[in-house]
Amino acid sequence: MNIKSQKDFFSGLIFVVVGTAYALGATNYKIGEAARMGPGYFPLMLGILLAVLGCVVIFKAMVVETVDGDPVGRIAWKPLFFIIAANLSFGILLGGLPSIKFPSFGLIAAIYALVPIAALGGDEFKFKEVLVVSTVLAVTSYVAFIWGLKLQFPVWPSFLIG
Amino acid sequence: MELLSNLSLGFGVAFTPINLLYAFIGCLLGTLIGVLPGIGPLATIAMLLPATYALPPVSALIMLAGIYYGAQYGGSTTAILVNLPGEASSVVTVIDGYQMARKGRAGPALAAAGLGSFFAGCVGTLVLAAFAVPLTEVAFKFGPAEYFALMILGLIGAVVLASGSLLKAFGMILLGLVMGLVGTDVNSGVARFSFDIPELTDGLGFIAVGMGIFGYGEIISNLGKSSSERQIFAARVEGLMPTAEDFKRIVPAVLRGTLLGSVLGILPGGGAAMASFGAYTIEKKTKLHLGEVPFGKGNIRGVAAPESANNAASQTSFIPLLTLGIPPNAVMALMVGAMTIHNIQPGPQVMTSNPELFWGLIASMWIGNAMLIILNLPLIGIWIKLLTVPYRWLFPAIVLFCAIGVYSTNNNTFDIWLVGFFGVVGYAFIKLGIEPAPLLLGFILGPMMEENLRRALLLSRGDWSVFLTRGLSASLLAVAAFLLILVLLPSVKKKREEAFVEE
Repeated sequence: MNIKSQKDFFSGLIFVVVGTAYALGATNYKIGEAARMGPGYFPLMLGILLAVLGCVVIFKAMVVETVDGDPVGRIAWKPLFFIIAANLSFGILLGGLPSIKFPSFGLIAAIYALVPIAALGGDEFKFKEVLVVSTVLAVTSYVAFIWGLKLQFPVWPSFLIG
Repeated sequence: MELLSNLSLGFGVAFTPINLLYAFIGCLLGTLIGVLPGIGPLATIAMLLPATYALPPVSALIMLAGIYYGAQYGGSTTAILVNLPGEASSVVTVIDGYQMARKGRAGPALAAAGLGSFFAGCVGTLVLAAFAVPLTEVAFKFGPAEYFALMILGLIGAVVLASGSLLKAFGMILLGLVMGLVGTDVNSGVARFSFDIPELTDGLGFIAVGMGIFGYGEIISNLGKSSSERQIFAARVEGLMPTAEDFKRIVPAVLRGTLLGSVLGILPGGGAAMASFGAYTIEKKTKLHLGEVPFGKGNIRGVAAPESANNAASQTSFIPLLTLGIPPNAVMALMVGAMTIHNIQPGPQVMTSNPELFWGLIASMWIGNAMLIILNLPLIGIWIKLLTVPYRWLFPAIVLFCAIGVYSTNNNTFDIWLVGFFGVVGYAFIKLGIEPAPLLLGFILGPMMEENLRRALLLSRGDWSVFLTRGLSASLLAVAAFLLILVLLPSVKKKREEAFVEE
């Protein structure tokens, strides 16, 4: 049997997997009965519904003919990787990783990491331009968030300010 | 006149210099971000929400409302000047708006959108003020069974009105509902689906979910397209004023759009996007006057009607939120989150316990609309400049502001990891062609639904027929069933599909 709609097939698959996971997970909690629902009752119901619905979506994706097979298409791995990497490095530099004793480097350093890494995900990467954008954003963020909104952020590396 | 005294109370609150300032800042920031291509009101609100934390609740909500319709206005500017809709609700504006811009008539198109929206906003605000009191009285008759039935109706409405496949929209709602259940169960104190991660016992942060799916997902998808697909062509704008001929065409279109938008906005699951689709379809069905430009070639009615409709709907969609405490769409779901952060439980009690906030917010909506017309028409040159900023400078900034915004909600890096995770999820949804907005609605409604279902069945001692024996709840469910049957009818189904492939 061929997959007639790739997009629908994978959507259905997500629904089935998540639904099943929730339904199974819910059985770890007390289910109870309708009049006295335990913490597992509602998630179990929804999980089963979601999994069944996913099966229907998959079934349709295998049976109902589409014009071009509804391909998912090329996945943009490059932006996907760099945007998420930029996000993660921002978090690590801003807050540090206490579990491995990685110190916090603060907001400014985190911005100078996020902007270039994110920019690598784009089509063009011009080093000077990226440096200017980073600086502009660092100054703006400092003025807007630290001065203006008085958000409690670590701004400078923790080992410098002690 | 009770309405007048209420409104004067509201204007009293909204006209204080400090609240006027916040309304202005909100509109300005909303337009600023909303004008950027590819960022809709949802991402804009999620991004700017942290900026309102430090404010008193009334000012914060006034500013958020300003951000919301600022983003809406900004989106239409982008739609007209650049062939790139920033959000679902301006998809149809692009069709005729961009054609007008290419013919050098960007000015009249912008003016039609702005004036139409302003008029629709005024009407929407009045409708909101007029409906609020009677609806709130109804809301007090609501028990848990009615609330549950109403939420079912809202979710069905969201499925029916969502673009694309019904089944997948259903799936997204359910996915949202289960995601909403992560965290401590209020009744038993059990931490559900938290994998022993302490941060997850408070549940998934809705800002992290929203920003990841709507912000990061969108950016990744935009970068994945070749640069020619998102090429920005900023048209020159000369002369804003529409001609007398234009006005003759605009007025009836604006009236029709406003009416449709006001109605669709109130409906659960409705909202700006559906309203503008509907309004455009209606305009297309009416007969062309002699010498009028056909639709799709730059007809000014094709701009005025959907823009008024979506603005009217964005006002009236506050009605279910403020009177019943139930968000009718994803943007309002974000508003619920914002209100909870400020310790306001949305619902019928807000109007009685907090009338300054309630009427102040309504009055500020009108003020915000007036400000937006001032911001948008004379200052259009500034927004055009902004459109010429290359995307490669913009997207790192958006990524940064999302990360900063989400960190500031709890001052915890865990939320940053969540945003990253949901960014991947959001991109997957785009690739699979699933509309993510119903997920956010389900996500906010999940805990509320469970709570009301539990209470209703506790009161009825486990008897499920309680939803059908109580008149109000039965009729709400009947409407939901009716909607569902209606949309499954072959003839309607075909129409619905046509409405969404209007491009």
